[in-house]
Amino acid sequence: MESKSRIDIISLFLFICIAAIGVASVYSATSEQGAYTLLEGRSGKQLMWFGVSAFLGIVIFLLNANFFEVFSWYFYVALMLLLVVVLVIGADINGARSWIRVGSFSIQPSEFAKYGTAFAVASLLSSIGVSFEKRNDLLKMLGVILLPAILIILQGDTGSALVFSSFVLVFYREGLTPLILILGLVVVFIFVVTLVYGGVYFSIGVLVILLVFYAFTYTNKNLLVPSITIAVLAILLSMSVQFLFTNILQEHQKKRIQVTLNLIEDNRGAGYNVNQSKIAIGSGGATGKGFLNGSHTKGNFIPEQETDFIFCTIGEEGGWVMSSLTIALLVAFILRLYHLASRAKKKFKRIFIFSLASIIFFHLMVNVGMTIGLMPVIGIPLPLVSYGGSSILAFSIFIFTALKMDATRDEDLISIYS
Amino acid sequence: MNNHRAGYIYLALLLIGVIYILRLLQIQVLDDKYAVIAEKISLRRQTVYPQRGLIFDREKNLVVYNEPVYDLMLSLPIRLKGIDTGSFCEILEIDRREFDKRLAKAKKRSYRGKSVFKKNVSNILYARVQERLYEFKGFFFEIRQDRNYKYNSAAHVLGYLGEINRNQLKKQEEGYYEQGDYNGKKGVERFYEDYLRGVKGEKYFYVDKFGVNKGSYKEGKLDVEPIDGNNLFLSIDIDLQQYGELLLNNKMGSVVAIEPQTGEVLALISSPFYNPANFNIQNRGKFYSKAINDPTKPIFNRAVSAPYPPGSTFKPVMALIGLEDGAISENTHFGCPGYYKLGRRIIKCHEHTYSTSLQRSIASSCNTYYCNTFKSMMQLDKYANTEEAYNSWRNYLQSFGLGAKLGVDVSGEFKGWLMDPSFYDKMHGKDRWSYANIISLSFGQGELGLTPLQMANVASSIANRGYYFPPHVVKQIEGIESIPQKYLIKKHIKVSPSNFSPVIEGMFEVTKTGTGSGVAIKGIDIAGKTGTVQNPHGKNHSAYMAFAPVNDPKIAIAVVVEESGYGATWAAPIAHLMIEHYLQPDSVEVSSREYLETKMKNSNLIPVKYRELQDASLYGK
Repeated sequence: MESKSRIDIISLFLFICIAAIGVASVYSATSEQGAYTLLEGRSGKQLMWFGVSAFLGIVIFLLNANFFEVFSWYFYVALMLLLVVVLVIGADINGARSWIRVGSFSIQPSEFAKYGTAFAVASLLSSIGVSFEKRNDLLKMLGVILLPAILIILQGDTGSALVFSSFVLVFYREGLTPLILILGLVVVFIFVVTLVYGGVYFSIGVLVILLVFYAFTYTNKNLLVPSITIAVLAILLSMSVQFLFTNILQEHQKKRIQVTLNLIEDNRGAGYNVNQSKIAIGSGGATGKGFLNGSHTKGNFIPEQETDFIFCTIGEEGGWVMSSLTIALLVAFILRLYHLASRAKKKFKRIFIFSLASIIFFHLMVNVGMTIGLMPVIGIPLPLVSYGGSSILAFSIFIFTALKMDATRDEDLISIYS
Repeated sequence: MNNHRAGYIYLALLLIGVIYILRLLQIQVLDDKYAVIAEKISLRRQTVYPQRGLIFDREKNLVVYNEPVYDLMLSLPIRLKGIDTGSFCEILEIDRREFDKRLAKAKKRSYRGKSVFKKNVSNILYARVQERLYEFKGFFFEIRQDRNYKYNSAAHVLGYLGEINRNQLKKQEEGYYEQGDYNGKKGVERFYEDYLRGVKGEKYFYVDKFGVNKGSYKEGKLDVEPIDGNNLFLSIDIDLQQYGELLLNNKMGSVVAIEPQTGEVLALISSPFYNPANFNIQNRGKFYSKAINDPTKPIFNRAVSAPYPPGSTFKPVMALIGLEDGAISENTHFGCPGYYKLGRRIIKCHEHTYSTSLQRSIASSCNTYYCNTFKSMMQLDKYANTEEAYNSWRNYLQSFGLGAKLGVDVSGEFKGWLMDPSFYDKMHGKDRWSYANIISLSFGQGELGLTPLQMANVASSIANRGYYFPPHVVKQIEGIESIPQKYLIKKHIKVSPSNFSPVIEGMFEVTKTGTGSGVAIKGIDIAGKTGTVQNPHGKNHSAYMAFAPVNDPKIAIAVVVEESGYGATWAAPIAHLMIEHYLQPDSVEVSSREYLETKMKNSNLIPVKYRELQDASLYGK
């Protein structure tokens, strides 16, 4: 049955397309015109990381598919230890202690932590008897994703920590009550409304709605208590949002959120990146200024352009056509991964691949969203496109592991029935 | 159940994808504000200045050429972070306070994303800063053309450049100039600005956030090459000009020489003059106040701006008018006892034979003859009263170009003095003045003022026997068919050609046997007229008007030397030397000339009280 163990060509094709866009964009964002070729500088390194990834991909394909399932907790524990180690010996780069120096390279364990956590989540959820009904199991699930998130927050990299919230999608897919997601959305809604209109107006609004509601339903005494409770909770939530915002968030985080909500304009300070990013992308027009011809890219107006703001280069030089194509390719890739997850015959594999797809989804939403001013600035890379060895390596290994699992899905049937 | 949960997630993913693509459609395609902002931030336009037209003399000797000046500019907004301001100040030889001051000023005066940090940086400083410019991101040089000069000569003719002033900037129609541009301020630089300036080009390029050039915009598709200005050929003979300047050394005065057939000015000198190189863009700041404070007024262009009573040089004109108007004839004689008696007033004349003919009256400069001539004219029967007679006299003078600007292409031209009859009405009362009140006009004194240019033009008109072309200093504009039309229109004197002969004969007598004979030049027939102009403020002005050769005039000349003495002592020899220099540059008869030349060159006629206030560096001697 070896012949059935085939890599998913569509995923691989999309992977290569996205990676190619990435390398070209990194080249454009970092090379002085004609100063060096694609194979040198950062684009050269980016290519090298994909080379290393390809090698690791082959290794992964040579491994037994069951190896991952068996060792999933070891991966998790090892990576959590690495997150602890980075807190102790990590190098401070850009105010975050997220890097371990190994010779001339720096690696960022938080990028790999997603990979390990996906194993732990898949393993936990696929183990027999685990249920979303049991409080203990829920706490375990929460613990598995909170542990790396907290360790990463301690490093000072809140953005990377937020990525772990994408596992909530996995939990929902596997049976977590949608109330959590709805509650999450409601919290975000109250958060935004409170910040935009202020807590007082929000409270007045809630009370007015309550009165109107009461006026129509005053005959029904049963609705009175729950409706008042909801209103009080909403007001309390709103007040706690304000408390959270003013006392817990750091100044730059507050400003980033305010800039995104258009509450303040600060094109020289907190809003500088987003403003320049929007200018770069917006000036690209329908078809762009042409490869290597982005004046904003060449002028280094956007900090971190080859990493978190790589989408600017695509938008400026490739215009709407290329930026839409890039989004379309990433969406297609994520959908394909969701499809691979759904066709997995083993729960472990399904959850693992689903985790990967959800994480890329989150990255896409947040990264592209911030460059076009729809999301606050959260410093996470665009998967396979942004420059960065750890990110490329971690996502590649993650993807190849998922593809290996998918490639061997038929063996699972056999193993069940043999 | 879980399948449709997955479905919701797919839907959310697709929704995000669609929202983002629509958002991109909005900011990239539908809203072009970002493209505009991006260009404003990173696109820069640089003016490429053309070569200003060169200026040559009539023999095609290069006189004025271009020399680059460097303006240290900065690109705004400037980020000083990363610039070692300490060493920057050190290289520029300024202190930190000066740096901050200039920076603040530059920020305030920014124009199209750039601003001047330091103007007119010297060559040496330019080389030093340029070498390390990469360290000072946002600073760059703009190169412009300043003028430099082959000769320390002809400053008043050439004029100078200066930064365009706000008024001109506002008033310009074509929008050619921008703030900080130079344009011609004086002289031919100003009169021929439109030809000399050429057409500016422009270059578009991108800058990075430090203002560093990151390459051209659209491969230079929008760039425009500058078109160099037209070269200018002056009618000035720079050799003659310099020779005249040498003769007027240490004198206040003026020489104007004209080619009679064309009205081309061969030399136009006002002394003292400044070195034109001292008034170019780089140097004027240093020298302007020196020039202003100099009591000999070196900026003042006496040749076209200073009205002098013509004195006796006016007599040939008076004779011409008398002949034409019928007041005298070719054969009229007047007796002169050495004075002219006017009631109780006595107008002195000098010693000469008692009875004077027309010719002798010119040769010996007889005042009495002209008082009589003037009196007869004013009392001619054809005139109802003195005012009418005066008006007729005035009309003749106007046909010589007196009392009005000749329209020369040199700055500061003054119309001279030629009074309207109402002036005398005001002075004496309507109909209460007669020839007696204005008799001194007959020998060139009183309310009459001619600029040396007008005087030379009179000489030119007499040389031509009755016409002149408006004098001008430009012979040809390269690439342009002709010089301005107004210089090609012949102006006729209201005196018939036949009346010129006796007068010219008289003028010829001046250099043969008359007042100018002592400084005659062998081998050249010169018709001239000396003048000694009374000066209420000091010594008399020495004046002379001449043309030569008598029968085929090639040069007409007027000379005034202020506060010096007799016309024959200073003005006449200077005029004769110049005529000889122009007509016979290789004359073997040097001995007589040498004496005069040395005397003229070495005499200092500047009043002693002025000399110590002069600054030799201004003259560049």
